[in-house]
Amino acid sequence: MADGCGIRMERVCYSVGGRSILRDFDLSLDPGVNRTILGVSGVGKTTILKLLLGLLKPDSGRIIIEEEDIATLSEGGLALARKHISIVFQGGALFDSMTVGENVGYRMLEEGHLAEQEIDAIVREKLGFVGLEKAINLYPAELSGGMKKRVAIARALAADPEYIFFDEPTTGLDPIGVYNIQQLMLRLQGEGKTTLMVTHDMHTAFAVSDRFSFIHEAQLVFEGTKSELKESSIPAIREFFAPGKESLFRYVESEESA
Amino acid sequence: MPVRFIENRILLFLAELQKFAALAVKALRRIFSPPFYGREFFRQLDKIGVGSLFIVCLTGLFTGMVMALQALIQLRPFGATSYVGGMVAVTMIKELGPVLSSLMVAGRVGSAITAELGTMVVTEQIDAMRVEGTDVVKRLVASRLKAMLVAMPLLAIVTDTVAISGGYIIASGYHISPLMYWKSLPQFMRFQDLIEAVAKPTFFGFLIAMIACHVGLGVSGGSEGVGTAVKRTVVLASVFILISDFFITKIFIVFR
Repeated sequence: MADGCGIRMERVCYSVGGRSILRDFDLSLDPGVNRTILGVSGVGKTTILKLLLGLLKPDSGRIIIEEEDIATLSEGGLALARKHISIVFQGGALFDSMTVGENVGYRMLEEGHLAEQEIDAIVREKLGFVGLEKAINLYPAELSGGMKKRVAIARALAADPEYIFFDEPTTGLDPIGVYNIQQLMLRLQGEGKTTLMVTHDMHTAFAVSDRFSFIHEAQLVFEGTKSELKESSIPAIREFFAPGKESLFRYVESEESA
Repeated sequence: MPVRFIENRILLFLAELQKFAALAVKALRRIFSPPFYGREFFRQLDKIGVGSLFIVCLTGLFTGMVMALQALIQLRPFGATSYVGGMVAVTMIKELGPVLSSLMVAGRVGSAITAELGTMVVTEQIDAMRVEGTDVVKRLVASRLKAMLVAMPLLAIVTDTVAISGGYIIASGYHISPLMYWKSLPQFMRFQDLIEAVAKPTFFGFLIAMIACHVGLGVSGGSEGVGTAVKRTVVLASVFILISDFFITKIFIVFR
């Protein structure tokens, strides 16, 4: 990636139905720097991932991948830009009508550049990475939540991307499932992949990330390391770490107004 | 206030129509360009065509029988019961066959397409496909449209055939010979009627597939949104089938 700044969001604004989700939002993803975006529910964390993937178009501002503003690209151009990135969606987003093997090999089957035997070998290797070789012929409906997320990681890996985005990867998992996901993320980072995660799970965030961004009221209010985050005096961050009764009422009110 | 309300509704309708037209044009273009997703096409053809056979046969059989029953009662005072075959055939082939089979398919298949695509939207499978580099319109919409364009006229032909045979079952009970029944068919039919019999269900198939895909891909609001979308597809497809049937019939009459 050029000048160590492969993916950037510059003064991005995004709103839905008149409600501002992001306002003059800046973010920079550097190769090798694993980042977590934090913030309360509904603040727009998943929206950031979808904007970075070109699944949503910003109202204004620029989203740069490989020095190209993806907000101006057609679907064909976006497909090329997305080759650098994969995502593990919150629920896995596995294709119901396909087996685990077909899900993992989906992109390769779509592109049609490789022979079936080669695809099969890659699929087995990626499933081996997440410890699910034996599930290759199962359908998503036959998998547990944790297994679905591991298959989703294998599918993300199959594209051999530089960046892997994780949308709430540990939500709804038991402690063993959470531990498995954390270990997989660390292994991915060890293999040179850069991760960007959005989550509320502080334990996982601190275990797998180098830097942290905090969003509050549609804006980035913090960017820094784990220790800087813990020592931050920003009221929204202090409240996020130690919510009280007043926080609960305020949160409910903000949800209702939204 | 009412003026503003009406204005907003009209603008919303036009915006929806624009999106629908854009999706339809994209899907039609993609039918003719590779990759053709052969496996997906045959899967859809099986779901739409083979899956709907029983219900359209049942519809055709009982409609044909009731048509014959009614026609025999009306024709008997005039001693014209030998024309019952022709009457059943012309009504079924030109109107009831295409319309009834399409309404059945709209209910059975249109709702299923919307539910499937809507669920894929809600569970982020559509987003996942786009990230994986798939042209969603080509893979999901064009393949369903193509299958519907092939299956719908065939289903209408099956409906017509079963209905005419059902009519014969009733007619035979009224001492009408097979020869008399079948010989009355060409007396009422023209070649153009056969074109109408294929053109109408093809167009209705286009409407069902496009409405179902458009509504399905526009789902928002979780499982409740999927339910609302399914209802919307069935209502919209049924209404547009009935409205467009009038205009297609009018066009065929003009060029008769």
